[in-house]
Amino acid sequence: MTDAAVARRILDDDHPPAPTTPERTGVIAWESLPRRLVTVYLPLACFLIVLLFPFYWMAITAVKSNEELYDYKNFNPFWVSSPTLANINKLLFETDYPRWLTVTMTVAVVSTLLSIFASVLAAYAIQRLKFKGSPYVGLAIYLAYLVPPSILFIPLATMVFQLGIFDSPLALILTYPTFLIPFCTWLLIGYFKSIPYELEECALIDGATRLQILWRITLPLAVPGLISAGIFAFTLSWNEFIYALAFIQSAENKTVPVAILTQLVEGDVYHWGSLMAGALLGSIPVAIFYSFFVEYYVSSLTGAVKE
Amino acid sequence: MAVSATSFGAGRSEPIWLVRLFDWKPFLIFMCMLPALGLLLLFLTYPLGLGVWLAFTDTQIGRSGEFVGLWNYESLWHDRIFWMSVTNTLLYTFVATVGKFALGLWLALILNNYIPFKSFVRAIVLIPWIVPTVLSAIAFWWIYDPQFSIISYVLVDVLGWRDTYIDFLGTPWNARFSLIAANIWRGIPFVAICLLAGLQTISPSLYEAAMIDGATAWQRFWHITLPMLLPILAVVLTFSVIFTFTDFQLVYAITRGGPVNSTHLMATLAFQRAIPGGQLGEGAAIAVAMIPFLVAATVFSYFALANRKWQQGGRDD
Repeated sequence: MTDAAVARRILDDDHPPAPTTPERTGVIAWESLPRRLVTVYLPLACFLIVLLFPFYWMAITAVKSNEELYDYKNFNPFWVSSPTLANINKLLFETDYPRWLTVTMTVAVVSTLLSIFASVLAAYAIQRLKFKGSPYVGLAIYLAYLVPPSILFIPLATMVFQLGIFDSPLALILTYPTFLIPFCTWLLIGYFKSIPYELEECALIDGATRLQILWRITLPLAVPGLISAGIFAFTLSWNEFIYALAFIQSAENKTVPVAILTQLVEGDVYHWGSLMAGALLGSIPVAIFYSFFVEYYVSSLTGAVKE
Repeated sequence: MAVSATSFGAGRSEPIWLVRLFDWKPFLIFMCMLPALGLLLLFLTYPLGLGVWLAFTDTQIGRSGEFVGLWNYESLWHDRIFWMSVTNTLLYTFVATVGKFALGLWLALILNNYIPFKSFVRAIVLIPWIVPTVLSAIAFWWIYDPQFSIISYVLVDVLGWRDTYIDFLGTPWNARFSLIAANIWRGIPFVAICLLAGLQTISPSLYEAAMIDGATAWQRFWHITLPMLLPILAVVLTFSVIFTFTDFQLVYAITRGGPVNSTHLMATLAFQRAIPGGQLGEGAAIAVAMIPFLVAATVFSYFALANRKWQQGGRDD
């Protein structure tokens, strides 16, 4: 049904129709189409343009040739007349980009798996094996999420140095769980809460051990929660910056966000074409990942805040 | 779920004492908490304490320091750049948070309407939050370029509203507000999507009752939407304040604290002094100076959460 039809039906009715779904709550009974245009669609369009413009600008700059890039008089800057893949080509074959991508992927995947493993066990213990003090442990883990990396990186740098893992991806794999575990545990506690405890009781009566219950009953039921936590942890570790900047020195062990910023900027001359190509290619893996799991992102984001 | 007693029996091939041990609750709880608590204690709690200790020493990179008492704090007290970073951080947090919440709430209210392709629109809105901050910051860096800024191009050459190109990052105040704008841009999606989730839990019957009583749109917003949204608003606000206050990436990527140290936040100044500057002790002191602000925000969050459970008639669990 078009909006005009909706508006007409609403106007024709003597009684304001009761909103049928929660999504309709904002519809005010006497709103006409022109009014909706001004109050809803116009601001929405402005928001979307502003939110997406930097990405458009990033993409269009990445495929511009240098003469087009720096000449606004003869070329329309909002469009590209002769797209070129030179910048992307340079990035892929003349820099260590594939290497950075592998490092980032490895760090993100391993630290995510490690955090999920630790979080599942912790969340199960806190939510299901209720013990004396478990609410306090839960609160402590929540508070741990509020400790930002910016106040931890200096002491962590000295620790990483003493442990002899400075400049190695292992330093990142071991430190990323500090912000991943609190988040995942918190998310999974909420998820375990929604699984009926009766199922576990049945299994207990059938003679299952606690670990069998966790492995065969609770975990299969919690798969959506595990996916939410997993993709979120993956994104957080992909986007992490300050630890990767402080703990990694050699060019070949850098993660994508750090490498683009530090390796592609040479002196005072900025090669905007290749910088934008780097930013674009660094964003695409998470963007693809995101497009597959949008609903999980939204549910974990809102779930974590509501918990 | 077809789980029968026999399938559990199949797992009994392990030594019986091991099975017993893992079914003994205290041991099981200990084993379950070990990985998470071990990692957090080792890489979160211990460094937090170590950071406080480092702030009392003159540690440098490659040289373990000695206890120097409050010397680091005393030198920071007389350090003009440090105080500028404190005021910058407060200004940045305050203006960016107000901007994010005003615009994010507006966007959430818009999205709460009937909109075609709603889930698609919602997915697009979240993109700035998903993409690595540094990479979108690089895009902003290019947008703020003094010579080739697209904003200046539109204002000067297309619209003709100005005669000269804006020097976004060249003067202190322009640079500060450019950074704040980039931070607001990045924060809107998070705020909007969280608040949208809050808006969708508000019962439509409240609005119907208000409309029958003749409430205007503004009254409905002020007396229904805002009070019902307050609990979730408080939590999102705390998160947002903490992560804006300790922001590092945007400033590091766009200005690196320049021009002439005028846009340093406390986090970037701590990094500047500690890692490239090598003064770990002094950097740690700057980082520790952020803690009082964070504690204040966390206490606020705790009371907001407790308050919320009380409001809903639930118990703390």
